[in-house]
Amino acid sequence: MANTDKTQAPPSGGLYGWICARFPLDSLVRDHLSEYYAPKNFNVWYYFGALAIVVLMIQLLTGIFLTMNYKPSAQEAFSSVEYIMRDVQWGWLIRYMHSTGASAFFIVVYLHMFRALMYGSYRAPRELLWILGMVIYLALMAEAFMGYLLPWGNMSFWGAQVIVNLFSTIPVVGDSLVEWIRGDYYISDITLNRFFALHVIALPLILVFLVVAHILALHEVGSNNPDGIEIKKLKNEKGIPLDGIAFHPYYTVKDTFGLGVFLIVFCGIVFFAPTVGGLFLEAPNFDPANPMQTPPHIAPVWYFTPFYAMLRAVPSFAGTQVWGVIVMFSAIALLFFLPWLDKSPVKSIRYKGPITKFMLGVFAVSFVVLAVCGMKPPQGIYPLLARIFTVTYFLFFLLMPWYSRIDSTKTVPSRVTYNVDEH
Amino acid sequence: MSDDVDLGRRQLLQKATALTGAVGAVFVATPFISSWEPSARAKAMGAPVEIDIAKLEPGAMLKVEWRGKPVWVVRRTPEMLASLKADTSLLADPDSNASVQPEYAKNTARASKEEYLVLLGVCTHLGCSPSAKFTPGDVTVQADWPGGFYCPCHGSKFDLAGRVFKGVPAPLNLAVPPYSFASATKIVVGADTKAA
Repeated sequence: MANTDKTQAPPSGGLYGWICARFPLDSLVRDHLSEYYAPKNFNVWYYFGALAIVVLMIQLLTGIFLTMNYKPSAQEAFSSVEYIMRDVQWGWLIRYMHSTGASAFFIVVYLHMFRALMYGSYRAPRELLWILGMVIYLALMAEAFMGYLLPWGNMSFWGAQVIVNLFSTIPVVGDSLVEWIRGDYYISDITLNRFFALHVIALPLILVFLVVAHILALHEVGSNNPDGIEIKKLKNEKGIPLDGIAFHPYYTVKDTFGLGVFLIVFCGIVFFAPTVGGLFLEAPNFDPANPMQTPPHIAPVWYFTPFYAMLRAVPSFAGTQVWGVIVMFSAIALLFFLPWLDKSPVKSIRYKGPITKFMLGVFAVSFVVLAVCGMKPPQGIYPLLARIFTVTYFLFFLLMPWYSRIDSTKTVPSRVTYNVDEH
Repeated sequence: MSDDVDLGRRQLLQKATALTGAVGAVFVATPFISSWEPSARAKAMGAPVEIDIAKLEPGAMLKVEWRGKPVWVVRRTPEMLASLKADTSLLADPDSNASVQPEYAKNTARASKEEYLVLLGVCTHLGCSPSAKFTPGDVTVQADWPGGFYCPCHGSKFDLAGRVFKGVPAPLNLAVPPYSFASATKIVVGADTKAA
């Protein structure tokens, strides 16, 4: 909650005082850092929001430096990326930071979202906070997809071909819509140039704006916690929540530690395994784009594969394959409705019953299995697995209004659980 | 009396201003949205292409590019043509009723001259380019494979006239582009008439 105690006058002396008389710096620092009270029982799952901001910064910084040497044209794009990798001083490091950052972004965002699923962080009064987060996720997917076309490798080209053609399945307007998106009769120089513009200007601006809105919404309603208890219900005589601690210095220090651990892993990948065996950078993308030759097996980068598996799992029906596209988009759209699908009287998984815990487990397993299915060729056991786990993925959401209501719950205590010896 | 505010009048003016602004916004948006459509240069480069088929052997395939898409020309052998008349119950659209092709290619062979198959090499599922698997019984596709095309992306299968098999993601037969024979050994892709 924004600081309502405006009795404390901002400092009047020195440069800081001079600035504060002209800009609300002091109240911004107090509202969002030194007097923003977060629950004291945050665990490991609460690192990923802060880490997502750090990764966004890494992507912005490395992205700006990549644009200094990258050429957004079908003739030059592929070779300019090779130029960055071979000839630009430290260019390889900047590019690998950017490509690893893309996957790191999705890792921390998926863990951040799963945290919200576990602890009911999407429940009232945080519905809008959750929706803003989901819009960030959509913008991030668009950003990643357009960025993946830019190296103009063969997988860039064919991946974009498949995803842009998803829109051609829309009845009546589909074909002209796709022509409008591409600006040509195929994925061409024109398409590459406009994706570049969207990737480096439009979507980063939108992302930064959305992240600010997400944080403002968070600080308005206050952070949830692993117990799903509203700490604002119990406050001391100064109006500070009994279970709250100031974000700065307590959580800035904690997040800095988490950042250290994250950077060890991040640097390990950047320096020792930037392709992660074809997972972060796919092998066919080391060949230049060739409109005449599809790679033997097309798979998007890992973070899209759960949805890609769903797309492939649905057969065409009534002369159209729009159904797979509908299923794929519904899988994401359902997440937006989560605040209203969950009818449980408690927020956190800690106080929910066995059915809910089981279903959350089913959801997590479905997501991982679908991700694997999406990476594999559509042969053998994989199409069947994809179909089964597409169904279980949807059951998690569609049955939620029922099982969240009938499931048993434990009594939620009035104070958060804090497993440190209190002296 | 100057203190009295005519709220009705104020509301009307507010709405009128907002509406005028919205109409203006639509007008301003038009050039930006239209700028995404294919440019004059892109349209010019989508013009028809000529293919010389003089050296195409029976059973062989030629790939050319038209509008950035692969166009295949297959010179089918009598055996290949015979396989088209075999079991059509496995096909999703054997008579090409729902599929895209010019009127002169809406037949079993899907061609104006049976021997030459002209196809857009773009899967009707999501636009990958299927591979030629002409050998009957090619086990990389399936044991009883009659010969045709196989899409490596999502596993769609097509026969030697580009007709799609049942139970695969692709809903329609491979499209036949508009084409014509400029001479006995020249095909023009992108134009129905000889005056291409």
